Amino acid sequence: MGYLIETIYFLTAVVFIVGLKRMSHPTTARSGIVWAGYGMVLATLFSFAHPQIQAGPGNYFLMVVAIAIGGVIAWYGAKKVEMTAMPQMIAIYNGMGGGAAAAIAAVELLKDHGGGGPETHVLIMAVAGALIGAVAFSGSVVAFGKLQELKFFKDDAKFRFTGQQKVNAAIFGAAVVLGLVIALSHSSNGALISVFFLLALAFGAMMALPIGGADMPVVISLFNAFTGLAVALEGFVLGNSAMIIAGIIVGSSGTLLTLMMAKAMNRSVSNVLFSNWAALGSGEAQAVTGSLKSMEPPDAAIQMAYASKVIIVPGYGMAVAQAQHKIWEMCKLLIERDVDVKFAIHPVAGRMPGHMNVLLAEAGVPYDLIFDMDEINEEFSTADVALVIGANDVVNPAARTDKSSPIYGMPILNVDYAKNVQVIKRGKGVGFAGIENALFFADNTRMVYGDAQKVTAGLIQGIKDLG
Amino acid sequence: MEAVVSFFSPIYILMLAAILGYEIIGKVPVILHTPLMSGTNFVHGIVLVGAMVALGQAETPLEQAIGFLAVLLGAGNAVGGYFVTERMLEMFKSSKGQEK
Repeated sequence: MGYLIETIYFLTAVVFIVGLKRMSHPTTARSGIVWAGYGMVLATLFSFAHPQIQAGPGNYFLMVVAIAIGGVIAWYGAKKVEMTAMPQMIAIYNGMGGGAAAAIAAVELLKDHGGGGPETHVLIMAVAGALIGAVAFSGSVVAFGKLQELKFFKDDAKFRFTGQQKVNAAIFGAAVVLGLVIALSHSSNGALISVFFLLALAFGAMMALPIGGADMPVVISLFNAFTGLAVALEGFVLGNSAMIIAGIIVGSSGTLLTLMMAKAMNRSVSNVLFSNWAALGSGEAQAVTGSLKSMEPPDAAIQMAYASKVIIVPGYGMAVAQAQHKIWEMCKLLIERDVDVKFAIHPVAGRMPGHMNVLLAEAGVPYDLIFDMDEINEEFSTADVALVIGANDVVNPAARTDKSSPIYGMPILNVDYAKNVQVIKRGKGVGFAGIENALFFADNTRMVYGDAQKVTAGLIQGIKDLG
Repeated sequence: MEAVVSFFSPIYILMLAAILGYEIIGKVPVILHTPLMSGTNFVHGIVLVGAMVALGQAETPLEQAIGFLAVLLGAGNAVGGYFVTERMLEMFKSSKGQEK
């Protein structure tokens, strides 16, 4: 039986790798997740016959019940959620994985070894996995709460206090010390283990609480990598090769993705985790001169309808207003009029890299109209109109010129090089970074105030009226 | 010697898998970052099989309770991760109609 299980796990690992490889190309992505799905089903079914399972039928019954409950809730949640809420769904499912890894460790640690049992290095891995998994769990739950904009998490500032990092470090240090004590003494003392888990959970929550919404994607991605690592560590403990390989692949790819995301925001990961915008920015940002000039949707529509090239820059405001369908409807009208329409996506537009792409794809925008920053940045100077929809910091020219600005050095979309810039914006507020945007005051910029969906409806009407 | 080999073989697995994960994501276009992150989120749902083994070995009611929680969370990770990823990827279509 052992050989059969190992063969199945080996196949699962292969299928996961093929699946991820396919997921990394747009044309094969859909089949990639299906491949990986088959692997998961296969591994799960055969695990019922795992030779390490020695207990009676009662435990099998519990297994089936737990899979049914967890599976149905997750299935329902994943089917029902709005596309704009995807980032927090990823966060919560990721947290569940971390929690599962921590719980596995708890079961292993609580077994009475009588001073013997597994070797010490195995117990150290169990403790390490428990710590990382528990941090990923509580941290992801906080991330979910913040992105879901639950009331309790609304105010980032209320979770910031002086000496916070020292307190966090103390909690983390205590958890590590306690974990080592448990592993080195081969202890199965319930009280000791409970305190260890409480400390780990507290650290995860404390780490995520003060981080602002704009930085959440980086944090979720980091927790995703954490969960992978925790799964791999518990895989070592259980001697489960599928868990080891899958966990490590997620751990390394998740780490790389986290670094890429942080880099696109011109911040280091430690900067995201251990500071906040308020503490950044050495001096006052340069005062912005000029005035805001507004424009009504019908005039904006005329400008676009008679343009030969329009580049659309979506941001989080589009996601909030659920405007992607209307925008694509408008684009189709423009394309009928032989206007060259393209979408430009900043790497950190929205709440996650690729968040905008997912929303545009949902609306039916073909992905060959959608361009990365590097691909399209040269083209803004040849565009007649750049239409900015609910994006702010990623188009702020201060990032190029103003050394005192907190976003100085961040790569931005060169929207201000276009002949005309239209900015659809709900109000006069500042972006996530909390700074004024010089673009909005530029001579070639017109502000179109209002909810992105309503404004776009106005634009569509305006274009239709031209006949 | 055998003990040394069995100690080091997981380390080799770890190294090769880490390189593989790095390689896979290194070439991904930005538009697929969120779906791929979701996909990797699904892949670590394999924790479910470990949770099943842990529950299968549980002897005391406390161990059973924690094992039950582990399986429940693991199943949530796997199932939720799958359907979120699938929903996202289903939407990627080309205007040239070259699906698959």
